[in-house]
Amino acid sequence: MNLSRPLGLIAALLALTTLYALPTFAPRAMVQDLFGILTLLVLAMNWNMLAGFAGLVSVGQQAFVGIGAYAMFAAVILMGLDPLVGVLIGGLAAAAFAVPMAFFAFRLNGAYFAIGTWVVADIARLAISQWKALGGGTGTSLPKGTAKDMAFVGPIKEALGVSTAAAADALTFWLMLTLAVAMLATSYVFLRSRMGLGLQAIRDNENAARSVGVDPLRIKAAVFVLAGFVTGLCGALAFIQITRVTPDAAFSVIDWTAFVIFITVIGGIGTLPGPIVGVIVFYALQRLLADYGTVYLIVLGCLGIAVMLFARRGLWGLFTDRSGIDPFPLTHRPPTSLALRHGDLK
Amino acid sequence: MIWIDTLAQGLLLGGLYALFAAGLSLVFGIMRLVNLAHGDLIILGAYLILTIAHATGLHPFVAVLLAAPLMFGLGWALQTFLLNRVLGNDILPPLLVTFGLSVVIQNGLLSAFTADSQKLTAGAIEAQSMDLGIVTLGVMPVLTFASAVAVVFALNQLFYRTALGRAFRATSDDAVTAQLMGIHPQRVFAMATGIAMVVATIAALYLGTRANFDPSIGPARLLYAFEAVIIGGLGSLWGTLAGGVVIGLAQAIGASVNPEWQILSGHLAFVLVLLIRPRGLFPRAND
Amino acid sequence: MSPLLQIAGLTAHYGDFQALFGVDLTLGQGETIAIIGANGAGKTTLMRAVTGVARVTAGAVTLAGDNITRLSAPDILVCGIAMVPEGRKLFASLTVEENLLIGAHARQGNGFWTLERVQSLFPILKERRHSPGTALSGGQQQMVAIGRALMSNPQVLLCDELSLGLAPVVIKEIYAAFPQIKSSGTSIIVVEQDIGQALRVADHVHCMMEGRITLSGRPDTLSRDAIHDAYFGVSHA
Ligand SMILES: Nc1ncnc2c1ncn2[C@@H]1O[C@H](COP(=O)(O)OP(=O)(O)OP(=O)(O)O)[C@@H](O)[C@H]1O
Ligand SMILES: [Mg+2]
Repeated sequence: MNLSRPLGLIAALLALTTLYALPTFAPRAMVQDLFGILTLLVLAMNWNMLAGFAGLVSVGQQAFVGIGAYAMFAAVILMGLDPLVGVLIGGLAAAAFAVPMAFFAFRLNGAYFAIGTWVVADIARLAISQWKALGGGTGTSLPKGTAKDMAFVGPIKEALGVSTAAAADALTFWLMLTLAVAMLATSYVFLRSRMGLGLQAIRDNENAARSVGVDPLRIKAAVFVLAGFVTGLCGALAFIQITRVTPDAAFSVIDWTAFVIFITVIGGIGTLPGPIVGVIVFYALQRLLADYGTVYLIVLGCLGIAVMLFARRGLWGLFTDRSGIDPFPLTHRPPTSLALRHGDLK
Repeated sequence: MIWIDTLAQGLLLGGLYALFAAGLSLVFGIMRLVNLAHGDLIILGAYLILTIAHATGLHPFVAVLLAAPLMFGLGWALQTFLLNRVLGNDILPPLLVTFGLSVVIQNGLLSAFTADSQKLTAGAIEAQSMDLGIVTLGVMPVLTFASAVAVVFALNQLFYRTALGRAFRATSDDAVTAQLMGIHPQRVFAMATGIAMVVATIAALYLGTRANFDPSIGPARLLYAFEAVIIGGLGSLWGTLAGGVVIGLAQAIGASVNPEWQILSGHLAFVLVLLIRPRGLFPRAND
Repeated sequence: MSPLLQIAGLTAHYGDFQALFGVDLTLGQGETIAIIGANGAGKTTLMRAVTGVARVTAGAVTLAGDNITRLSAPDILVCGIAMVPEGRKLFASLTVEENLLIGAHARQGNGFWTLERVQSLFPILKERRHSPGTALSGGQQQMVAIGRALMSNPQVLLCDELSLGLAPVVIKEIYAAFPQIKSSGTSIIVVEQDIGQALRVADHVHCMMEGRITLSGRPDTLSRDAIHDAYFGVSHA
């Protein structure tokens, strides 16, 4: 028991080092694959923060991905900035959008918040479709040579002895990996802080939290805007690699929100490692069912439903309950009650 | 004169949106459940009507009579075996379950019917119109609107004039005390979802005869329906009809300026109404 | 003759908290019994356990020889136990008349109590029949709640703190209806904090404390002191 923590830490460090070293030895396709997984992981950790800890079930996260991506494209194409600066602008633009979005969506309670955020994301998609300078409804591509001129790509290319494209992939991979690690570390620290515990108290009982002096609205709004920022960063970074943007792709509810929701739910909503577990399951499923078209989406949906019916804290919750081991104790456990709304419907 | 035409089109379009929304409104009013698969269930209904019409050669208006009881059964089963298990204080499980359902239905339809557009063919009636002097209205849109009014009227009668409606309201007020009256809340919920699915089938009939549909268009219908419910005020069925009309008018006016602005205008009208009247146009007193 | 309602060793929990400790109680046909006890004694929990609203963890409830312990609340109503819940719990979106009618929701067949009979028992309910149930005064609401329970024609009527928050004259008016309810053949359990009222209506009185019955007897044989001690937990040392 006492050994499990340091051992786990060593394993985690080893895994992390391997991941960082990956572009130096692994084939480019594998780096790209992992980049995709890391993208979903970052999105899932953000959504978990919102839905799992702040009780904000957003179905509009694609708004931040889309706005982050488009802001990055605007920075590169219209202002001639470096894409990496564009990524930062993407994050800031998404955060800026999150403020009015929160102002609006926070008027909607509970379940209606979910569809409200969805509507706002659709508004963002339709509005951006009107932005003719970035191709309107048909979208646009990053100019040729963008990757080559991107900061750090030259040195990486020389150091690794790879093509420009591979060097750009390595760079975006490292950035996404760093974003994921930073997100994980910040979440851990935040959730164990006074504010984080307050947040979980709010989720479990808003009135009780209010009575001990936590302002639910302020914390929730802060989490919402911060999640918007990171989601925007992530979206912008993802589209550097995709190199082509359209409103439908950048604001896709399936790609950027539905997958993310299932990943989090299956892995374990309201648990810190849940998104990591979920993203592994998701990737495995996708691989396993690659030849069967949309079947993996059906399986994913059914899995999500099954988890909600039989194991609300997902695979990670099952693991900690069964084994009694929880390497990431948050001291404050999410509710496991199955109590019906009106008391016990016997 | 073109203005009157636009307004008339918008009003009638609102009828279709009210049909999308009525079932959602009913279910929310009774069990505070937001069914994220509602749009996809409407599309499922359209495919069901299509399948029945193809298999039997029946006119869609007749096929809907066969589809409706099947959809009722589906709604009943869905509530009994799935949704009743996740209703509770925590809003997350029902949301995620219905979201999962939405993805499952969408992709199930996709594997069964491919992504090709389909349409229910109603024959000559589709092209017929009535000349009212100042405006000319299509018979189908008028029929849609009339059906929406009829559905809302019927649901209101059910809600306020029947024993079942009384049980709906009592359960919605206080499910525990309702049990002391011999009411099984879960059975009441199953009836409500069944009825909502019958309304969804009627919506599907008009959706499918008026325009093309494919498996992917459910979520957009959910958004329109949701907007209508919220604009109307939670739990008010006539409000839902009014909400549908607001969205329909906004879309028609937006489209008349620029066809690309149709959907956007509807969404913006929704945001606007909500900013001015957070509880919608006709909020129920005790919510 | 076996009693109409028999409660044996009834135990109930709220999560880890045990609220009832093996309660035994019997109610004969046509009898009225009263349960008294301080706040938190477990009276409401006992009522809720009998009607299937609270989960029973041990023991049994038998009605006319049938074990009804594990039945759901709606099924227990159908078997013939109706409750006037603590705090009246009228349905806010139903009118007075609808509140009465919903009491007959699961009723099968005929019985003494009809809408007309209930309305003549409490004439105000006819006068105000179209008002929302919750728009009435506390006493009038209590009458609706009693009428609503009677509409199912129960064999056993449970009344949880009818007098709660009501003026003495209103309490008197409500209890004035009891002889008629009894004469309709209904057996009654009243839960009361108003000891005087309880002693007046009941054939048998049981005193509860901390989830147990601590004293039982006929009103005329129980001394004030004994009740006082059972009520406040003073032991006869
Ligand atoms: N829903 C609940 N959850 C947890 N504990 C409860 C609940 N309801 C009651 N209790 C506890 O069970 C015990 C018995 O409560 P109960 O309501 O049965 O008392 P009572 O005798 O009806 O009191 P009163 O005269 O105040 O109505 C109390 O200690 C109370 O705190
Ligand atoms: Mg009590």
